[in-house]
Parts: sequence; C-alpha cells; structure tokens
Amino acid sequence: MADAPSGRSLVVDAVTHRYPSGALAVENINLDIKGGEIIALLGPSGCGKTTLLRIIAGFIAQTQGRIIIGDDIVDALPPNKRAVGIVFQNYALFPHLSISENVAYGLAARGIDNVTRQREAQRLLELVQLPTMAERLPRQLSGGQQQRVALARALAIKPSILLLDEPFAALDKNLRLDMQIEVKRLQRVSGITTLIVTHDQEEALSMADRVAVLSHGKLEQFGSPSDVYDRPQTLFVNTFVGSTNRMPGVVVSADRTAAKVRLDAGAEIIARPAGGTLSEGGRVTVCIRPEHLQFVGDETGFAGVIGMSLPLGATVVHEVTTADGSGVKVSQARIGETRALENGAAVRLAPLAPSLANAFPATL
Amino acid sequence: MGAAPASRDVTSYGMGLAAPLALFFLVFFVAPLLQLFWLSLHNDTAGLQWGLGQYLHFLTDPFSLGVLGSTLLLGAEVTAVCLVLGFPIAWLYQRVGPRLQTIIILIVLLPLLTSVVVRTFAWIVILGRQGIINATLQWLGVIDTPLKLLYTQFGVVIALAQVQMPLMTLPLITALGRIDPNLDDASCSLGAGSWRTFFRIVLPLSLPGVIAGCTLTYAAAITAFITQSLVGGGQMLFMPMYLYQQASTLQNWPFAAAISIIFLLAVLAVVSVFTTLGRMSRGYGGA
Repeated sequence: MADAPSGRSLVVDAVTHRYPSGALAVENINLDIKGGEIIALLGPSGCGKTTLLRIIAGFIAQTQGRIIIGDDIVDALPPNKRAVGIVFQNYALFPHLSISENVAYGLAARGIDNVTRQREAQRLLELVQLPTMAERLPRQLSGGQQQRVALARALAIKPSILLLDEPFAALDKNLRLDMQIEVKRLQRVSGITTLIVTHDQEEALSMADRVAVLSHGKLEQFGSPSDVYDRPQTLFVNTFVGSTNRMPGVVVSADRTAAKVRLDAGAEIIARPAGGTLSEGGRVTVCIRPEHLQFVGDETGFAGVIGMSLPLGATVVHEVTTADGSGVKVSQARIGETRALENGAAVRLAPLAPSLANAFPATL
Repeated sequence: MGAAPASRDVTSYGMGLAAPLALFFLVFFVAPLLQLFWLSLHNDTAGLQWGLGQYLHFLTDPFSLGVLGSTLLLGAEVTAVCLVLGFPIAWLYQRVGPRLQTIIILIVLLPLLTSVVVRTFAWIVILGRQGIINATLQWLGVIDTPLKLLYTQFGVVIALAQVQMPLMTLPLITALGRIDPNLDDASCSLGAGSWRTFFRIVLPLSLPGVIAGCTLTYAAAITAFITQSLVGGGQMLFMPMYLYQQASTLQNWPFAAAISIIFLLAVLAVVSVFTTLGRMSRGYGGA
C-alpha cells in the first residue's frame, strides 16, 4: 500500500483463547496484515470474531500467541496504551458529553491543551461531514450521524489500528451503503490499517482488501474477496460466502488441478479440487453457485425439472429438481428476452466452467 | 407503531380511581398538618392567644437553632458516609458474576429485614464501654481505657449510616446498571486510565442515582428518632427528640408544632436542592 502513510502492520501470531470454562473461543489464528489494509473478519455469530477483536484491542488477554502492531509486541499493554481506535456496534458515545467533547475525549486523556483539542475536534467533524453538530448531545443525532461521530472520536487519537465492530448492523440499508462508502473514503484518506468485524458477507466482500473467514474459532480462509468467493478453500467458506448449490457425488478420477466427479444427480462433470487432493472413489460435495449454472441444449450436464421461476429484476432464479430429488437453484441474467420456462419443463444443466465447480471431500 | 392498542396514558384515566387514596391523605395527612400549623400560631400553651411567638422563640433561641443545625449536619455526615461506602459496593455489584451479585444484594438488603430497634441495640453492644470494639482493642493492647464511642456524634453517624445504607446502595446499583458497559471500554480505548474513566464517565452518568440515594438517606437520617436517641443518648439532642420532649414531656404543644413546621421546611429546602440537582443531571441518563 503505497498510499498508506500512517498505517502500521498488524500480526496476529498463533493466537488461541480459552474461556475460563475451558471452551475454545479462538484457536491458533494467524493473520499477517499489512499497514493500510482493510481487513474484514467474517463469520456467523459465535465464531469468535468479536473475541479476536477484543484481544487485539487489549480487553481480553489471550491464552496463547502474540499480537504485534508495527514492530511492537503489545500483549503486555493495557487497552489505553495500545493506541487502537474502536468503533462499537452501538457507537458507545458518551451521552452526557457534547459531540465535540466526545471527539476530543481521547485528546484530553493525552493531556493535549484545550485550544488544540477544540481545533482538532472541529477538523475531524469536518472530515466526517458534521461540522455544525459540535455542541449537540449524541441523542440529538441520527444513527448514521452518531456513527460518524464515533468514527471521528476513534480517529482523533491517531490510532495505529482502527477496529470496527459490526459498524453498520444498526443502520438501515440505504444508510448502510452510504456509511460503507464513507468509511472506505476515510480509510483511504487516513491510511489507517482497519479491521472490520462483520457477519454480513456483502459488506466484507465490498469493503475489504482481504477477508478472513472464521468458523467455530478457526480461521477457514484468509484471502482477497475474489479468492474467498471464487476459490474457496473449505466447504464452509463456499456455503457461507454467497449462495451455492451443494451436490453430492463420487470421484471418478482426480489429479491436482481437476477432478472428474459423477454427481448423484446423474452426470459426470469436471470440478476443481478445492479442499486438498481427492481420492478416486471418495464421496465429495460439489458446490456450484446459482449464477455458475447454465441451461444446455445437448445431452451434456444433468437433467432436471423446473419447479418455480422467480424473476428478481436483473436476474431470474429457477428452482430445478434433479434426478436424485434434490433441488438446485439456477440464476440467469436477464439478457434481452429470456426464454420463458414453464413449470415442469425438462431441462439440462451444466456448470459454466470446470473451475467454477468446487469439489470438497464429503465429511460425515 | 403496531396495530395493538398502546397502553393508555395514565393521565387520561379518570381521577375517580385516585379518590380513595386522596381522601385518605386528606383526612390523615393534610388535615393534621393544617391542624399542626394552626396550633403553631398560638403564643400560649392553652391556645388562646394568636401570634408568631413560637417561631420567634425558636429562631432567636441559640439552643434551638443549635439543635436544628446539628440535626442537619448529622444528616449531611450520614449521607456522606453512606455515599463513600455505598458507591464501591454498587460499583462492585455491576462487575461481579451473578452468584456474587446475589450475595451482595442480600448483604445490602439484610438491614431492611431486621427491626431498626434490634439493629440499634446491636450497635449499642458494639460501641459500648465494654462493647465489642473496646474489648477487642483492649485485648490487643491498643488502648488501656475504653474509648467513648456510644453517646457521641461519631457513634450516631456510624449506626445511622449502617441503618440507612440500603437507601443509598439500591439507587446507586440501579443507576450504575443503566450505564452501557461499552462506555468503559470506549473510554479506555481512547487512552483514558481508570480514574479518568471514573470521574469523567461513570460518576457523571451515575449522578441521578447519587442524588436519589442522597435524598433518601438524608431524609431518613435526620428523622431517625430511635437510632438517634438510643445511640446518641441524653447528651446528644436532635430535632425529633427535641420535638418529642416539647410535646410529650413539657406539654408545650404550640412550640412543638412550630418546631415541626420549621423542621419540615428545613428538610424540604434540602430535599428540593437535591431534586433540582437531580433534574439538572437527568439529561445524563438514558440516550
């Protein structure tokens, strides 16, 4: 990141945390984050992403492993010495302090004089486009405005790392998009290394340079949004990020780059071995996204019967029942006049390309 | 916003339902109060001569003013002790697990479950010349002659503080419980240490509870007839006992009535100061 003047790197080195009860919250997490990157920690609730955030911030002391910010191991530092800015899900603005006092709070804690504090608070409020709100109280602001203030407050201390905990969850859909753009703009301007905790995959894919997918306290995959979406390394990532059809099958033949799989639905297709090497004769789950399936006219692909068609604007989603009785979804772009498909019409389906069908060893 | 009928605003109900209570208050509270006021406007015990003599007597008598002053001071001291000791308990309550919370709340409520007379006698046993404190200190060789603890201002303040502690602790627990725990973390992540967080965030946000607790403790402490008289003994005279002596022993009803009215006004003045502070700090809660 050449345009990252103030961003420091963040290394999460083999971090494991156990609750006092002995249950694992996060297990052996390794993240190597470059200065100025935006990283999304993506996972369902209870996957340990918030625990990891609190470990980085210093609110929880991990059982094992190290947190390294820049060149410093920060494990011994309390949260107020780590210079990590946090935006909480509920913003956690101080309700009895004015907006400008909220923004200047961290500066006051650093012993900066009143005049500088006021000037800095005003500068930050202009940065988040709320220059006229300085004297108001937090409850007089809308949700989106409160979030801007929370951002300004976190940025005021010039943190080396910015942590955002489900920052957009409380906002309605239109406002959410505005704020996502806003956060990305501010992050570009400031160049601060940013970690966003979210359960919203669209948010993670659209905002982050790289996405870390967590499940049950383990890191499933850490890669670019397109890696995570197009080249998932685990079945969990493939099903959690985006929607997918899971089709069981048996490996006919396999090498490192391609596998021929006989689907239970009744066709042989070429798939990408995604979760390591596959053994011949082994059961696999093939994941194909709805938009990566196409209707084919010839005898290739597998047969099915149209159950229902949902026109969703730009796309049409068809529910197809395959020969083995399972249902698959097919998403078709509406280009020109889409061929009408009657309920009960017999069709044949095939993946657009072998690389778009991911085969994972079946787990029982 | 839903279709379900919202619960009716209490102010829209007919006032008829409140009539029984209103009548009760009218007969047993307002009427005696007016009678008291009427009584206090007589210069002689027989109640024949109208005038403001009783008030004039009280307000020009250094002894009476002294009793009023020491009573108001007693209230302030008890309130201060309760606040200083009660705040840490309430703070602790919000930071421990549910099992410890149950124990703390039990300890806080325990004084309310025993009779105030029993509790006061317990303090006499503790503070007396041969009481637990003196016996222990003598056994340890810290002191040779027993300390005078009973029948002192110190003794009264300590005993009253214990008796009134729940009135302080409970509102504080409620107020501290309303503070979003994220605010602590936010303050900390912004670089503030524990003391700054306490004085800039926790204390201001708990002010409604502090003021409610102080009002209750103060009002209860200065009117606590039993504890004041038993632990204070003959040498310490406070308004409730003074009032009792004038009315029951000396049969000087008009003067006793005037004392009541003056005491009432003094307490109202202090309580309204608290209430005003409370209204000013109300903006701190909620949001």
